[in-house]
Amino acid sequence: MKILVCISHVPDTTSKINFTDNDTQFDTNGVQFVINPNDEFGLTRAMWFKEKQGATVHVANVGDASAEPTLRKALAIGADEAIRVDAPATDGYFVAKQLTKVAQDGGYDLIIAGRESIDYNGGMVPGMMAAMLGANFVNTCINLEVDGSDATAVREIDGGKESVKTSLPLVIGGQKGLVEESDLRIPNMRGIMMARKKPLHVVAADAAEAHAATAAFEKPAPKGAVTMVDPENLDQLIELLHNEAKVI
Amino acid sequence: MSVLVYTESEGGAFKKVALELTSYAKGVANAMGGEVTAVSINGGNAADLGNYGADQVMEINDATLETFNAKNYAAALAQAAKAAGAKTVVVSSSANSKYLAPLLAVELGAAYAPNVVALPESTSPMKVKSTVYTNKAFAINELKTDVTVIGLAKNAYGLHENSAAAAASAFGVELAGDNGVEVTSVDKATDKVTIADAEVVVSGGRGLKGPENWNLIEDLADTLGAATACSKPVSDMGWRPHSEHVGQTGKPVASNLYIAIGISGAIQHLAGINSSKVKVVINTDPEAPFFKAADYGIVGDAFDVVPRLTEKLKQFKANNA
Repeated sequence: MKILVCISHVPDTTSKINFTDNDTQFDTNGVQFVINPNDEFGLTRAMWFKEKQGATVHVANVGDASAEPTLRKALAIGADEAIRVDAPATDGYFVAKQLTKVAQDGGYDLIIAGRESIDYNGGMVPGMMAAMLGANFVNTCINLEVDGSDATAVREIDGGKESVKTSLPLVIGGQKGLVEESDLRIPNMRGIMMARKKPLHVVAADAAEAHAATAAFEKPAPKGAVTMVDPENLDQLIELLHNEAKVI
Repeated sequence: MSVLVYTESEGGAFKKVALELTSYAKGVANAMGGEVTAVSINGGNAADLGNYGADQVMEINDATLETFNAKNYAAALAQAAKAAGAKTVVVSSSANSKYLAPLLAVELGAAYAPNVVALPESTSPMKVKSTVYTNKAFAINELKTDVTVIGLAKNAYGLHENSAAAAASAFGVELAGDNGVEVTSVDKATDKVTIADAEVVVSGGRGLKGPENWNLIEDLADTLGAATACSKPVSDMGWRPHSEHVGQTGKPVASNLYIAIGISGAIQHLAGINSSKVKVVINTDPEAPFFKAADYGIVGDAFDVVPRLTEKLKQFKANNA
């Protein structure tokens, strides 16, 4: 089985979000970039398929050279090869188009992407790839098993989950549950040394027009001060929630 | 010119989000100078949508669509959008709508803007404001395609009444027999409010000291008709299921009221609940960062405050019933 794991290169979850250039660019100053958490759960599941079922695992990213340390980290965790499409990730459609080309060229059976990236939160790349590839698609996937060309998966739905039966070629939008938080791997020294020698292919972008552009960013309006309520006076809280906030 | 809106239903009745979405579609249609066409798949009474601004209702009744399948639903909506000559298709942020929207966008050659929080800033070109960086910021997105798909963020617009004809007509769709993904079982608590639909969410953190104390959270939630949620450490320690984890890598919450008990308020947690309208924080530590993000705060011990609050709310509900 050939697996492609799509990797977004995103600010760490603790990052403070600021913008520059008249609020049109993300301010990377002092920001640590990581593998998108939803992608990391998928990558770790892919490692399981590699170790238990002999799968080959490639990782891919659409971005400039600054994303390479993130791809090297994926190689250090255990991916066999990495591919970087050398173009800025302008919008979800453009990224899906590029990764679809990578997937077609590589002939992958299973494509694992995160449910969404934690920067743009678009959640559209896996679905768009599935549509462009004509592959099956399971979103918000929290469990995945593959047996030959058959697959079973569990999808999180609002208020519960559903089990599905499907087949390869398959695209999934993964998240926590594919593996547990405690299963995530920190690259060891041997992995890091090996990753240096693994192939990292840089390929040119396929011609495609983005469907959307970010005209500007805005930060949320500053919040008003908190109203503190005495724990001995809970009637006041109920009164405030009823008459002032009008939520009960 | 028309705005197509996918109105979700459950058990033969429209969900509340369908009415909110129809209200929103009416706002977009007014801005564009067009009409609202609702698409109902094995749905409820078309007249219900008329109260919120639907001019026409395309009713799709098809046995193939009895259970949700993203590919079939996207195909049905794409056929409806083409038949109606829709310029914009509006979908919700439910798990199912987020599943089908990218498929629909590719089918229509449309740009897809998810997590949109307000009416378009302009409709030609289409410019919409959405949350990005997991609610830590907003982006103004310019959509460059002729047809667009807009995903409205949870609880972002509210209900706006608008009387319209809601002229219903049957619409037939052609679907591929094999949809590739077959549902074998569904595990869904039908007696519980889900985080996605809840107007009130009661959430617990490490301050609750252990899963055996969750009756405090559940009793308060039951009193308020609320969903229960938890912080990341609580789900990581296995006290509560992952599906209740709220935050940047968990679920987002956009309820009217969010009550956080024994949660310190890490930046990742705050990102997940930023879209909630009113936040109440109960914590023993007056320095907990959550108080800075709260509307109302109580410094106190959950084991003392929460049972008393639950009792008082029961009385309040009884008096205001």
